[in-house]
Amino acid sequence: MEELDGEPTVTLIPGVNSKKKQMCFDWGPGEMLVCETTFNKKENSETVPGCPFIYIIRKDIDVYSQILRKLFNESHGIFVGLQRIEEELTGKSRKAQLVRVSKNYRSVIRACMEEMHQAAVAAKDPASGRQFSSQVSILSAMELIWNLCEILFIEVAPAGPLLLHLLDWVRLHVCEVDSLLADVLGSENPSKHESFWNLPGNTQTLTELELKWQHWHEECERHLQDGTFASSPHLECLCKIMLGDEAALLEQKELLNNWYHFLVTRLLYSHPTVKPIDLHFYAQSSLDLFLGGESSPEPLDNILMAAFEFDIHQVIKECSIALSNWWFVAHLTDLLDHCKLLQSHNLYFGSNMREFLLLEYASGLFAHHSLWQLGVDYFDYCPELGRVSLELHIERIPLSTEQKALKVLRICEQRQMTEQVRSICKILAMKAVRNNRLGSALSWSIRAKDAAFATLVSDRFLRDYCERGCFSDLDLIDNLGPAMMLSDRLTFLGKYREFHRFYGEKRFFDAASLLLSLMTSQIAPRCFWVTLLTDALPLLEQKQVIFTTEQTYELMRCLEDLASGRPVQGEASAQRLQEDLENTKLEILRLALARNLARAIIKEGSLEGS
Amino acid sequence: MEDFCAKFVSQKISKTRWRPLPPGSLQTAETFATGSWDNEENYVSLWSIGDFGNVDSDGGFEGEHQLLCDIKHHGDVMDLQFFDQERIVTASSTGCVTVFLHHPNNQTLSVSQQWTTAHYHTGPGSPSRSNAPCTGVVCDNPEIVTVGEDGRINLFRADHKEAVRTIDNADSSTLHAVTFLRTPEILTVNSIGQLKIWDFRKQGNEPSQILSLTGDRVPLHCVDRHPNQQHVVATGGQDGMLSIWDVRQGTMPVSLLKAHEAEMWEVHFHPSNPDHLFTCSEDGSLWHWDASTDVPEKSSLFNQGVRSSTFLSHSISNQANVHQSLISSWLSTDPAKDRIEITSLLPSRTLSVNSLDVLGPCLVCGTDAEAIYVTRQLFS
Repeated sequence: MEELDGEPTVTLIPGVNSKKKQMCFDWGPGEMLVCETTFNKKENSETVPGCPFIYIIRKDIDVYSQILRKLFNESHGIFVGLQRIEEELTGKSRKAQLVRVSKNYRSVIRACMEEMHQAAVAAKDPASGRQFSSQVSILSAMELIWNLCEILFIEVAPAGPLLLHLLDWVRLHVCEVDSLLADVLGSENPSKHESFWNLPGNTQTLTELELKWQHWHEECERHLQDGTFASSPHLECLCKIMLGDEAALLEQKELLNNWYHFLVTRLLYSHPTVKPIDLHFYAQSSLDLFLGGESSPEPLDNILMAAFEFDIHQVIKECSIALSNWWFVAHLTDLLDHCKLLQSHNLYFGSNMREFLLLEYASGLFAHHSLWQLGVDYFDYCPELGRVSLELHIERIPLSTEQKALKVLRICEQRQMTEQVRSICKILAMKAVRNNRLGSALSWSIRAKDAAFATLVSDRFLRDYCERGCFSDLDLIDNLGPAMMLSDRLTFLGKYREFHRFYGEKRFFDAASLLLSLMTSQIAPRCFWVTLLTDALPLLEQKQVIFTTEQTYELMRCLEDLASGRPVQGEASAQRLQEDLENTKLEILRLALARNLARAIIKEGSLEGS
Repeated sequence: MEDFCAKFVSQKISKTRWRPLPPGSLQTAETFATGSWDNEENYVSLWSIGDFGNVDSDGGFEGEHQLLCDIKHHGDVMDLQFFDQERIVTASSTGCVTVFLHHPNNQTLSVSQQWTTAHYHTGPGSPSRSNAPCTGVVCDNPEIVTVGEDGRINLFRADHKEAVRTIDNADSSTLHAVTFLRTPEILTVNSIGQLKIWDFRKQGNEPSQILSLTGDRVPLHCVDRHPNQQHVVATGGQDGMLSIWDVRQGTMPVSLLKAHEAEMWEVHFHPSNPDHLFTCSEDGSLWHWDASTDVPEKSSLFNQGVRSSTFLSHSISNQANVHQSLISSWLSTDPAKDRIEITSLLPSRTLSVNSLDVLGPCLVCGTDAEAIYVTRQLFS
């Protein structure tokens, strides 16, 4: 077991007396269930009233923040866009595109910060105001780290432009927090150095720049030696600062809010052409000098230091610990992975770091009642375990309305998850049957191409017909269309209804041949044969002869099959059939068939027209 | 082309509707209502689109829509319609139909009337009544018609406590949407690909007419009637297919147009330019179908460049006989002559576009990516 990275936090459960009672718990995907047990450590003489509630404990409360939701949604769009253009990213434009994506992410963070800040200002009670403010500082820290990572890892600024980017970085973050003081320090310097750097054309090599700077530096030094500014202590101090004198800079500590501001100012005046690999020396010494042994580095400082040391894995690890939500590390790691900066660092269960973080983030989204739709796309872009995770998660989404179910089904169908489609459709179809919505049930079984369920629904219809003597939901049965072919029973249902229609329209010959084909083609269930034969009676009793001799012989054979109880295809209810036929129906049928046979023979034997 | 303004609103939007303008008004649309879904607490909200040329004090973008007021809604908002200028009717996933009243002076919404058990299931498996989602609502002052997953049709009248008329078991499957044909007649679509026309003047529980899709009985999700020609109806299906029907003739659709790759959630004829049709879908796109023709050499009679929908017709172009009945451009079945221009309006692919509404030059739509898009230059 590895050492703990931090102290575990203690959360008190309201209403539960943890001294007297024991609690039990269970883990969920993003939450924990806790409740009190009746098992107590002391003697069971005292019956303290117990707490009747079950508690849900969530670690990630950010997901439920209204303002942060916008962050999740907008960044989802950027994430999906990045994955989609991945194939098109080639050559020189690749870096520019990736930088643009990074800037997009950052602008989303900033927009969120703005809104959170306004909410903090407008907050009615101080507690929520404080909460908003702390969120603002967390977001600000995130943007700070992301910006630095963009400069060092994505932009990969070489010596020279590196310092310019770092200057922008510091100015952006210092100025927003403490605008008044920063103006004083920030504006003095730019006027000196912007014109210096604003050389015509960027064709100067690093050495030329370095020479020019040396020259200027020496001139400054000469001024200091000559005592040009001796009259004004302020100007002298300024000159020392411009020479990069650390002591002079440290005197202005209150104006420099933090050690990285100190670092960049120091670099500006002493090593403006610093190379990226040398950064961490200056960073470490700046941190030490600035803190001066009075305080120890905070988590943010450690993260920035790791970035200066170009230790990406350490950056990600520290961020994961410091932040309560996987959003930041998941998106940053994904972007860095696109920059091909992460070696395939296999973790304990086989996937790489990017995939691990994305899976964690997406699972967190699925624990949310609404944001699960975003999670789907994240799983899509996890090649090893994404699909399996999605399959497990998507079946567990509660389906309160058909519209939600349709969206979930569409997600499954687009990814060829046929098992999940079947299982969801089956659940919905069962619910529909229970609510007596047979049309809906049929519609679901058609969607899932579930022949077994279609048979079940058809049986229900047939049973209703036998009980009531008429069909319910004729609009459905009359309009089955190609769906009729889904199951034999369904086909039978449709055809049987057609038979009734023919009879109603007095198309007796059609009705007769249809009836016969229903019996001989074996799609009619045996238990229904009695009904079918009974339906044949009115046709047999018609004035004109409808059944031919061949057809009559067929009917007689079917009747005798039934009567003798010969189980043709292993039908279970042979006993009941026997009882059914025991009554007079058998006699009536035999008589009717015999009479029809007689008439048919005569008709067929006679000449036409006689 | 169209200039869309997007805003993320921290709730998945299920319905968006423009507030109707007073008749004869020359203003453009200003206010729209939205309903959310799939939240622990859902809201019905009223928004106002910004004025042009105004930068509001918060530093928000000029023209970005702002929230005016909202109110909690029990259950998902399955459908939403403006009853009149101040009242909004919503259909809920709890089977409840609610009328909200907007108070413009203090910008609040309140519940004005509610029918809580408008839709429910009773079946052999469920001993007591259980709620069924109400899936569609349509109003024609003072009447409100609702349909639901229980296959029931209700006719309510504002300020009447009970339903004026209820057709139980009107359909054995789910009724997805409803629209008025002529005032006593309504048209419903269901999940087995059928259109049913009901006449409230008749007694009994049978539809007066049934039309159905040929081929696969794909569920139909949305329906809209042509604003001027009441026999022309458009429906959208689960396979993304757009069907145009003539309810006077036959029982099959007149034309089938392959459109989206997934469920089409809403279809709307433009109320004042009915040659333009708009559809939105689960596949994250919103399409503008332009069936108007602007071919000067064909119809010399109508060569004023005026895009008046009732006058445009392809088949009468060669004839001087103006007595021939004006045929809607949607019903002409010759695909070679009639080219419909289709444009995808949203700037980038997103999650499902659940709802859209058009009024004049303005269009609003809401998505599952928790964003609302508004444009005020549809026909620029």
